[in-house]
Amino acid sequence: MPVMNIIEAVRDALRSEMRRDPRVVVLGEDVGKFGGVFRATSGLFDEFGADRVIDTPLAEAGIIGTAIGMALYGLRPVPEIQFSDFIFPAFDQIVNELAKFRYRSGGQYPCPVIIRTPVGGGIRGGHYHSQSPEALFIHTPGLKVVAPSNPYDAKGLLLACMRQNDPVLFMEPKRIYRASRGEVPDGDYTVELGKAAVVAEGTHCTILAYSGMVSIAEEAVKKATEAGISCELVDLRTLMPYDIDTILASVKKTGRCVVVHEAPRTCGFGAELIAAIQERAMEHLEAPILRVTGFDTPFPYTLEHEYLPTAERVLGAVRQTLEW
Amino acid sequence: MVALPMQDDLRRVLDDEGHVLPGVKVPELSEETLHRMFDVMLQVRTVDERMMRIQRQGRLGFYMKAIGEEASHFAVLPLRPTDWVFPSYREQGAWFWRGYSIDEFINQLFGNEKDPVKGRQMPVHHSARTLNMVSISSPVGTQIPQAVGAAHAAKILGKDDVAMTFFGEGTSSTGEFHVAMNFAGVYKAPVVLVCRNNGWAISVSASQQTAAKTFASKAVGYGMPGIRVDGNDVLAMVQVSTEAIDRARAGEGPTMIEALTYRVQGHSSSDDPSVYRDPNEPAPWEKKDPLVRFRNYLKQIGLWTEPLEVGIVERHNQAISDAMSRADKLGPPALETMFDEVYEEIPWHLEEQKQWLLRQERTKSPHAH
Repeated sequence: MPVMNIIEAVRDALRSEMRRDPRVVVLGEDVGKFGGVFRATSGLFDEFGADRVIDTPLAEAGIIGTAIGMALYGLRPVPEIQFSDFIFPAFDQIVNELAKFRYRSGGQYPCPVIIRTPVGGGIRGGHYHSQSPEALFIHTPGLKVVAPSNPYDAKGLLLACMRQNDPVLFMEPKRIYRASRGEVPDGDYTVELGKAAVVAEGTHCTILAYSGMVSIAEEAVKKATEAGISCELVDLRTLMPYDIDTILASVKKTGRCVVVHEAPRTCGFGAELIAAIQERAMEHLEAPILRVTGFDTPFPYTLEHEYLPTAERVLGAVRQTLEW
Repeated sequence: MVALPMQDDLRRVLDDEGHVLPGVKVPELSEETLHRMFDVMLQVRTVDERMMRIQRQGRLGFYMKAIGEEASHFAVLPLRPTDWVFPSYREQGAWFWRGYSIDEFINQLFGNEKDPVKGRQMPVHHSARTLNMVSISSPVGTQIPQAVGAAHAAKILGKDDVAMTFFGEGTSSTGEFHVAMNFAGVYKAPVVLVCRNNGWAISVSASQQTAAKTFASKAVGYGMPGIRVDGNDVLAMVQVSTEAIDRARAGEGPTMIEALTYRVQGHSSSDDPSVYRDPNEPAPWEKKDPLVRFRNYLKQIGLWTEPLEVGIVERHNQAISDAMSRADKLGPPALETMFDEVYEEIPWHLEEQKQWLLRQERTKSPHAH
């Protein structure tokens, strides 16, 4: 089985779906001849031509606005927003238009646009190349939000997104775009949306993570094991709709839970997960559920390592739940 | 790139009294088409007056009239049924021309169980997939890049469909307008962008929206022709729109049309123009009423009689009354439909919320009629 990194897996998904479905088009800034600033669309322009791999003028609202029109007409557009920090000029098109088209038209106009965008810090990108805005979009009825953490899931989830009929924000963890490598089947497969993966089984504490934080959490699990603590790591994979069953099964088993995300803490996705768990599993909890997150500050440049969750901080939170 | 000529001259076929201007070519339209145009114009006028009246009686939450702007809606006339329209909220005539029924129109206003959009949007936010009339949104300008995208998609798929979008002159101040004009120009998308310059964006006059001499002149910067047309002259509207649609279909790219018209009354049922507008301002425009001008034209070519008009208005009034009495018997959409079509399938969290809601005792809405 070939070994790929996340970028290669994303590209493989796009290429194979574009071969299979002539309605799939890719559009965005620099996605054409250049193949994208992270090279995710590299080679697609040569294979599929300028009509299906479209270099757009530099305007995010135009990328998403035109992608919506394309989807309404019958294409399957997969626009790329170069960094999720640049998504905000398209916020109205995503939140008020894309996410609402099916509903507001009484079901007449489904709008299957899959927005790919790199998220997260750890690349010395400063405030405008590091943000994790998932909570804003999870809070948007009508959107699905998907956040793979490894190459296998990246390909399988992206293929699944392109074959369903709802709009999706597909967030790619840019910190581990190349560092995360793994076996990815050559052929066709999908990873079901809305299903989390239990990455490591354990009994003392559940760790919920997604995107670039899964590898940090994995490191924490290793350190915990060395210290005699057995952690269960759940990679959420799809954030909306999230997999409540897998989350609850794990938390009911361990009785403790730590949520990890690099986005700011207040009103972050962790808050929702904790609310959902305590509403349904209060009697199983041995300790308060803790969060390890970014801070409620803008994303800093020089101090980014200090801003981002680390394995040590995750382990510290796990210990805290055990000592409670 | 060769600079495109500015077309600042106002294109007209009829003078203010409805006489054909000397040396002007009249668009070739059959008697049947001319009659139908007059019929739909009268329908818009009749519907607007009736809906406004019931709004004032407290029977309808909100309404937006197009009185005085009806001619501009006929930009859609030369479109084929397979072409797409991305409307704004003041193009009733475009809906009726393309086959939207009075029942659909009224059920949408009332948000009842037969509302095509299932009671999910305020009045005047129509949607008709079978007519390629795209769902209306309140934020202005969002539909413009979408129209460009649909047009570009047609081109990619090798079809010769055209997209048309409508917006007001105030919308030309939005980012989306400029973004969309630029994309349209770069892609040479088969799209027609119709700017209804009715002089007012709620309380802000057209002169406060731009320092440019005309709105049509903005097209030049995006590498497309901008045509200025008398938006109260339905024949000129059809003529200019035909040219733009033909250009688009022939692969020659987008055209912006500035239809110069006037919002004779308020922005919506919630507006009061007397607060911000010189009360004498509408008078000269009332003399240029598109309906009167078109009537005079039809009279001159022997296609108008008073009984004809009276008959049309009576028919529409009756149709409105019938549709309203049918609508009166309809209830609101079923409670559980609130959760439908957020997604293609209801995810677990919405199912859970729906079941919770269904278990609650219903209290009376303060807005229930």
